[in-house]
Amino acid sequence: MSNHSVEIRNLDLSFGAVNVLKDLNLDINEGEFLVLLGSSGCGKSTLLNCIAGLLDVTDGQIFIKGKNVTWAEPSDRGIGMVFQSYALYPQMTVEGNLSFGLKNARVPKPEITKRVARAAEILQIEPLLKRKPGALSGGQRQRVAIGRALVRDVDVFLFDEPLSNLDAKLRADLRVELKRLHGQLQNTMIYVTHDQIEAMTLADRIAIMKDGQVMQLDSPANIYNKPRNRYVAGFIGSPAMNFIEGELTGGTFKAGDFEAPLSGYEWSAGAQADGPVTLGLRPEHILTEGQVDDGTLTTDVLADLVEPMGADTLVWSSLAGFPFRFRMDGQAVVKSGDNVRIGIDMARASVFDVTSELRL
Amino acid sequence: MVDVAMSGPRGPKPKKAFSSRNIMLYGILILVSVYYLLPLYVMVVTSLKGMPEIRLGNIFSPPVEITYEPWVKAWSEACTGINCDGLSRGFWNSVQILLPSVVISIAVASVSGYAISNWKFKGSETFFTLLIIGAFIPYQTMLYPIVIMLREVGDFLTPMWSPIEPDVEYALNEVRSFFGAETPIDLPEKVRLMGSLTGLVLVHTAFGMPILTLLFRNYFASIPEELFKAARVDGARFWGIYFQIMLPMALPIFVVAMILQVTGIWNDFLFGVIYTKPETYPMTVQLNNIVNSVQGVKEYNVNMAATLLTGLVPLVIYFASGKLFVRGIAAGAVKG
Repeated sequence: MSNHSVEIRNLDLSFGAVNVLKDLNLDINEGEFLVLLGSSGCGKSTLLNCIAGLLDVTDGQIFIKGKNVTWAEPSDRGIGMVFQSYALYPQMTVEGNLSFGLKNARVPKPEITKRVARAAEILQIEPLLKRKPGALSGGQRQRVAIGRALVRDVDVFLFDEPLSNLDAKLRADLRVELKRLHGQLQNTMIYVTHDQIEAMTLADRIAIMKDGQVMQLDSPANIYNKPRNRYVAGFIGSPAMNFIEGELTGGTFKAGDFEAPLSGYEWSAGAQADGPVTLGLRPEHILTEGQVDDGTLTTDVLADLVEPMGADTLVWSSLAGFPFRFRMDGQAVVKSGDNVRIGIDMARASVFDVTSELRL
Repeated sequence: MVDVAMSGPRGPKPKKAFSSRNIMLYGILILVSVYYLLPLYVMVVTSLKGMPEIRLGNIFSPPVEITYEPWVKAWSEACTGINCDGLSRGFWNSVQILLPSVVISIAVASVSGYAISNWKFKGSETFFTLLIIGAFIPYQTMLYPIVIMLREVGDFLTPMWSPIEPDVEYALNEVRSFFGAETPIDLPEKVRLMGSLTGLVLVHTAFGMPILTLLFRNYFASIPEELFKAARVDGARFWGIYFQIMLPMALPIFVVAMILQVTGIWNDFLFGVIYTKPETYPMTVQLNNIVNSVQGVKEYNVNMAATLLTGLVPLVIYFASGKLFVRGIAAGAVKG
């Protein structure tokens, strides 16, 4: 057998006439941190619930550790789950919350005490053990929720947007802690989020989902640098990628009076025939001022609107008739109405087919 | 210049105690309270008077000579038909009807509400809709069908309940008399639900189902679904989740259900008069028989005392748990 921790084979799920998941296949490696990323309604939480066994699948199979668990109860699958709303049992103390699963599994008392103590130590919640969830802050509650998965000694951790209910600072702190925890435990973790920063920082691999299908499953770097289609390109990155529609003629991209030779571009399937294409340029890959030298392709654009954000400044303008945003150094002096000379590195651009929207 | 800025209005705006708004508000409240409390006052006052004093006709005047005789008579001496042991018989009948009806109906409805809200099965919504429709059918249309059902179920249960055949009973008594027993034993021959307290308990339980199930379903639906999912991942099953997670969280709604059922069943007259017989009449039916008896002198003081005694149980429940009741209703409406 393979060393896949979780395997999903031809998974279908429909609620009545609505197909939420369509023929989905996914292999998750042992010890991997996989993030399911997508906008709301893409089926990512549904997929997680299917893996957990909280939803009955319409068709297909799910394997965990090489065992077919398609029909198994959630508690028999070797998974632990952490929910967005923490879902702590309000009438039990933290200790009661942590030990509830173990009591149901009829684990002997001394073993329960040992495991609860270990989880509390890892998550630094020992002083809270006698408290009820109502007396805890959001961050503490989420730690307890993670602890509940931790004590069960499971193979796979499932996280359903665990940080979405926390405020921005706490979210950043707990994110780092989760990453540290994964490094420490080396468990397989499947993490659902709609926050791309969380996805990029935590994941070994990201699965971008749309309409119940996986658009791209790859490392964060590849997803960012080489998005497989226009949806992924537009979804990842903030501010979003600029798209300019034009023609490809003889290895040169033309849109209006804007021309760019694609000599440095790495084609995914050899050189392409001429035809209409979409050029994608990330705002942060645009060169400005000192970064532009003689060799780079340059053009002048008019700054419509300037958003200074401290570390950098976002400039709204247009290129070849399409809205165009780019990022400048925060110290640059620009105001709306200025003409700005920008440089474009075509090696970092993305080119998409107009009809199939796939990367060329 | 500074003085002008300092001398302007500052802090809370002063409120007049005797504004026309307050006079209107409290005036109407006092008027309405008097309107509703006056009958209660008349009842209490009359029940403490002797008959000669009542005949003077001043129903609002306080008793000149306070007597508790009417209360004693209402409780233990008033006659209904051939029984002259007062309301006490009806009270104990009502208690015997009330306790099992309340406990069983709440137990069954809370589990059904939990199942319908959390363990959806094929047709669970249809089942729930049918149950709710049941709440809108007038009781009167179901009275006679229930008489037939109680009779038939009794007949159906008879062979299981009373396994001794008549000839076996005869033989048994022969043997007993041979050994000198004087009175033959009389084994029950027939299970009778119609006319028994058990039958009435069944009826009350069934009729409590629609509203109670709705109450519990809505309450459990307001508990976040993730809590239920977490418990399933933690290995708890149907009963485990019910007893360990849901039940401790549902105490307010249990109080609401209890109040609804206690007052509803205690105050019930229709089912009580139809599905029981004189020995097993609940308190309300007996009260009616005392108050509406046409023979002899109308003892207003006894009637008032009897009515107050009958109304005491719901009254105590309201006073004791009014706050909990409001809290429970609010908890059901607002997601906690």
